[in-house]
Amino acid sequence: MSFTTRSPWLIHYDGSSCNGCDIEVLACLTPMYDIERFGIIHTGNPKHADIFLVTGSVNEQNAPVIKQIYGEMLEPKVVIAVGICAASGGVFRRCYNVMGGIDKVIPVDVYVPGCAARPEAIIDGVVKGLEILERKREDVERSRKEGPK
Amino acid sequence: MELFQIISPVCYVVLAPLLGILLAGSDRVITARMQRRKGPPVLQPYYDVRKLMSKERSTVNGVQEFYVLCSLIFMVVTGIMFFAGGNLLLVVFTLTLSAVLLLVAAFSSNSPYAHIGAERELYLIMAYEPMVLFTAIGLYVFSGSFDVYDIATGGTMPILYLLGIFAGLVFILTMKLRKSPFDLGSSHHAHQELVKGTTTEFSGRTLAMVEVMHWYENIFLLGLVALFFFDGTLLGYALGTALCILVYVFEVLIDNSFARMKWQTALKSAWLVALVLGVGNIAVLFAFGG
Repeated sequence: MSFTTRSPWLIHYDGSSCNGCDIEVLACLTPMYDIERFGIIHTGNPKHADIFLVTGSVNEQNAPVIKQIYGEMLEPKVVIAVGICAASGGVFRRCYNVMGGIDKVIPVDVYVPGCAARPEAIIDGVVKGLEILERKREDVERSRKEGPK
Repeated sequence: MELFQIISPVCYVVLAPLLGILLAGSDRVITARMQRRKGPPVLQPYYDVRKLMSKERSTVNGVQEFYVLCSLIFMVVTGIMFFAGGNLLLVVFTLTLSAVLLLVAAFSSNSPYAHIGAERELYLIMAYEPMVLFTAIGLYVFSGSFDVYDIATGGTMPILYLLGIFAGLVFILTMKLRKSPFDLGSSHHAHQELVKGTTTEFSGRTLAMVEVMHWYENIFLLGLVALFFFDGTLLGYALGTALCILVYVFEVLIDNSFARMKWQTALKSAWLVALVLGVGNIAVLFAFGG
């Protein structure tokens, strides 16, 4: 296991949702689940983050925000869509302002199902994301060794 | 110059990061236990820095990383001069230079968060700097020398005469160690926007250097605390080492039991402490010591 997977810092963004998944994400920080035992830090800064955790669907207003946060994060990075709204738009799918799931604007690596997603499922999703993060880190390292094309 | 004065700074340069990792790691574990959590592994700060080193290289401008590197270098120089038994005033000035360079790095970007963070850090420097100077002056009045070597081998524990100054130093240590209630500029815990202000624009390797700088800084600060118990005997050194760890645990307790205060409160209280405990103690020394 590399150091990247031992210290994944995550940033959480809530799109348009009912805040149910939002609260479950915060529940992961409580003594009951304590995600810090995996070295995970809940940061508010995209420049410090390795994992982008999105709850809720994308709408016309927050699409640029999501793109900007994603763009500010440094490689290697992983996007995790938490809850059914983030995956497909959920019950808000047909709303006039909703574009759909997060994958409409940025590439998503892991989808966590649930309405609302349970803390156990979110942690499981993050751990799945770590495997992808590790692969991406190897890619970054390889491209650094090969130099600019 | 004795052999000790060469070995000790070399030990500082090599061992301070190791001890700094353990200190920061156990800080996080103790904090977690105080909040009834399990907490991360003790080596977590090391994992964090190694991860930051492996991230994509990118900075907001060309000079930021240079400023942070200078801040780290001057922090190491501060420690080297202190552990070599050098002049305490010089130590205090390079310590400030290191802190100011970090501010300049934060100011060098256009980010409003970084600017507010740096401004708040500036208020903190204004708040703690008088007490740091009074610490140096107090130790001079006590021992008749600014040299750390003379103070450490003076034969009497400075704490016996400088209790007020010691209490004042422990007070401002909360600011230097970036702990609540005075972690205005940048906290070492996971926090959002403003509280992480100073480090907002640092990422990857630059942020890793800031972390390493904190390891060096924390060990130096604990050394300064321990100096109050050094009297040239082995017992004094043992007591100093034990008590500086105790002071650190005390700071962790304060960190976990206080909410963050406004910068006005930080400034007022720190200056009041410096005036009452710092100046008061020096005045008493002059009045009775002659």
